[in-house]
Amino acid sequence: MPLVESGGSPSNAEAPAVDKATAKAHWAKTSSLMLLVLGIWFFASFVVHIFAPSLNGIRILGFPFGFYMAAQGSLIIFVVALFWFGKRQNQIDEEFGVQED
Amino acid sequence: MSGASKEKDPFIASLGKIYAGYTGGFAVFVILIAILEQMGVPDRILGYLFVGLTIGVYAYIGIISRTQAVAEYYVAGRRVPAIYNGMATGSDWMSAASFIGMAGSLYALGYGGLAFILGWTGGYMLVAILLAPYLRKFGQYTVPDFLGARFGGNAARLIGVTVLITASFVYVVAQIVGVGIITQRFLDVSFGVAVFVGLAGILVCSMLGGMRAVTWTQVAQYIVLIIAYLIPAFLMSAKVTGVPLPQLMYGFALERIAELENGFRAAGMTPPPGVTGWHSAPFIGANGQFSIPAAINWFALVFCLMVGTASLPHILMRYFTTPSVKEARQSVAWSLFFIFLLYFTAPAYAAFAKVEIYQNIIGQPIASLPEWIKSWQIVSPYGVPWINIVDANRDGILQWSEFRIHPDVVVLATPEIAGLPYVIAGLVAAGGLAAALSTADGLLLALANALSHDVYYKMIDRNAPTARRLVISRVLLLVVALAAAWTAGNAGADILFLVAWAFSIAAAGLFAALVMGVWYKKTTNTAAILGMAIGYVATFGYMIHSEWFGLDFIQLFGSKDAIIAAARQVGNINQNFTSPELRAEAAAILANTAAVKDGALAWIGNIWGSPMTTDTIVLRNRVTGRMWGIGSISAGIFGVPISFLVIYVVSQFTTPPSQAMQDFIDDIRIPKGGVRLADKSEAVE
Repeated sequence: MPLVESGGSPSNAEAPAVDKATAKAHWAKTSSLMLLVLGIWFFASFVVHIFAPSLNGIRILGFPFGFYMAAQGSLIIFVVALFWFGKRQNQIDEEFGVQED
Repeated sequence: MSGASKEKDPFIASLGKIYAGYTGGFAVFVILIAILEQMGVPDRILGYLFVGLTIGVYAYIGIISRTQAVAEYYVAGRRVPAIYNGMATGSDWMSAASFIGMAGSLYALGYGGLAFILGWTGGYMLVAILLAPYLRKFGQYTVPDFLGARFGGNAARLIGVTVLITASFVYVVAQIVGVGIITQRFLDVSFGVAVFVGLAGILVCSMLGGMRAVTWTQVAQYIVLIIAYLIPAFLMSAKVTGVPLPQLMYGFALERIAELENGFRAAGMTPPPGVTGWHSAPFIGANGQFSIPAAINWFALVFCLMVGTASLPHILMRYFTTPSVKEARQSVAWSLFFIFLLYFTAPAYAAFAKVEIYQNIIGQPIASLPEWIKSWQIVSPYGVPWINIVDANRDGILQWSEFRIHPDVVVLATPEIAGLPYVIAGLVAAGGLAAALSTADGLLLALANALSHDVYYKMIDRNAPTARRLVISRVLLLVVALAAAWTAGNAGADILFLVAWAFSIAAAGLFAALVMGVWYKKTTNTAAILGMAIGYVATFGYMIHSEWFGLDFIQLFGSKDAIIAAARQVGNINQNFTSPELRAEAAAILANTAAVKDGALAWIGNIWGSPMTTDTIVLRNRVTGRMWGIGSISAGIFGVPISFLVIYVVSQFTTPPSQAMQDFIDDIRIPKGGVRLADKSEAVE
């Protein structure tokens, strides 16, 4: 089977769904949302737990706070952030008219 | 593509009613069993009813969902709504290890075990933002399909298939072992028979209906497993704290555990082997002091489990089944929510079980222990009793270190620990079975699809008619299932530690190529192929080398002192587990320690200096090596960055992707419209 690069120009008649400028602006905004959510992910997965030994000094309802963050706190952040991300990405798609019809 | 979802599909529209009725029916069934128990029906019959009826329902769903259409067989017709796909992913994801094993690991490791909780949830963030919507938009059938189309054909496809098979096969074997353990105990048959009973349960769900049958069975299995997990936890919380809200109330249990641990220490006792003596304390060594290697291993494990989650093909392929890109994104959020319900309950299970055991069992006369302990003093497939009472000082009183419970028992024994009726124990068994069966189904399908669709159809016979492709697919499913059951029956529980490897293997082999393929347009075919191959070989090779050739490993990477220490460790292992050659080699090192030199690559092994030095520890009766003190479970921490680096660097020196390929990437980045395939031969029929 030939590699794609040697395949020459494709014989497709399909036009792109949106013009280049819109696609570019849409991707720029999508990328910054991705980086933001990736930042939240990195914070909730790693940064906050670096401080677990000192956070454990705080107790809420018996929970040492460092333990609580790894057992529940970060998980709640993940769930909420993902639902928010889904909503926000839809808004971006609609803003540029690239949502599914 | 999304037009079909707009039409009212009577089956999809009535899903809510169907599964509400199913949940109600299951509740009535549990109540009926409870009544039968009160009437004096023996436990064994109740066990048969639980296992038989639930498997019967899954089989029924599997049979009515049989199909002859390729799109139904591979991607359930792409009409699974986000929330149901979320539930199906939840049970696809939560395996016997999550259901039976996780609370037990938390019991043993305390804070250390939370790496699994975090790692196995946070990975879904990566799935949602980096991969799922784009793979869905690409719109073919398997993960290797994407690699083949994006990276120029069969070389990339073949590496994808290799990684997929390596990671999924060890994983599916472990599920079948899990099914075997549960059926063995509740049906009272031998392990070998139990494995094949479980296999029949798995095959009947997936063979006739492929992805369609597996999807609707997995939703049913999710409902059973979550009910079975939550109910005992609520009852346990009510018993220990008086409030039936386990996730909120176990803070008080944690406080009580700390008091009890301090009391035990004050009395001069030590914890049993493998159990931490400081339940809530993060990053501690055996002496309870802060330890940098412990912290590094914890974070490395979190990282590998997360990236591995985002690379496992049986999970990624679930997002190929949603009607649209938008629903694929929402579906990841729902998946995480449904997984979260179980995962944020697991630490509560562990804490309540620990309080009960520390408070009511430790310090009691061994002769008068409660009945449930005796019923678990039977020999497990690991060769020691599930609950092992070792009266080391022969005083007849149970000390802290003398009560040894296998982690897998914590969930299964909770109903008995809390003094609940047998119906709850049966419920837990049904839940564990649902968890193991659903994961095994998803994995088998991923394996069989890779072999039938990617290897047979795309690489061997491009003109195969649909009917033959589906027949081949089913035959391969059967072959893979039998191979997995045979391995499970022969290797037994010894293979379970391999499951953790699946995550690092998938992460190192696939993650970088998938992410770069979408997010870095300049990624070239050569770069991606090299990146996948090097990531996979480096990680898998490192694992095998350090696990089975530990002494050899340390002689290459270790300092002089580390080599001598490893040779001493060989001598301390029971001789049944070491070969004469290994013992001779170790003896030769110890006979002339003055002549021992640093390994040839010791400068790599000790590049960070103390305390992150390369060393060996004895695990599973082997001397196993640890590069920079990091356990082989986290080997992906080396492979993933290497893979990214190779792809980026090689992309700078090789021919950039064609205009057609760049158009293709533009298309998968936006939800609207179709995908212009760079290689027309890759197009979906």
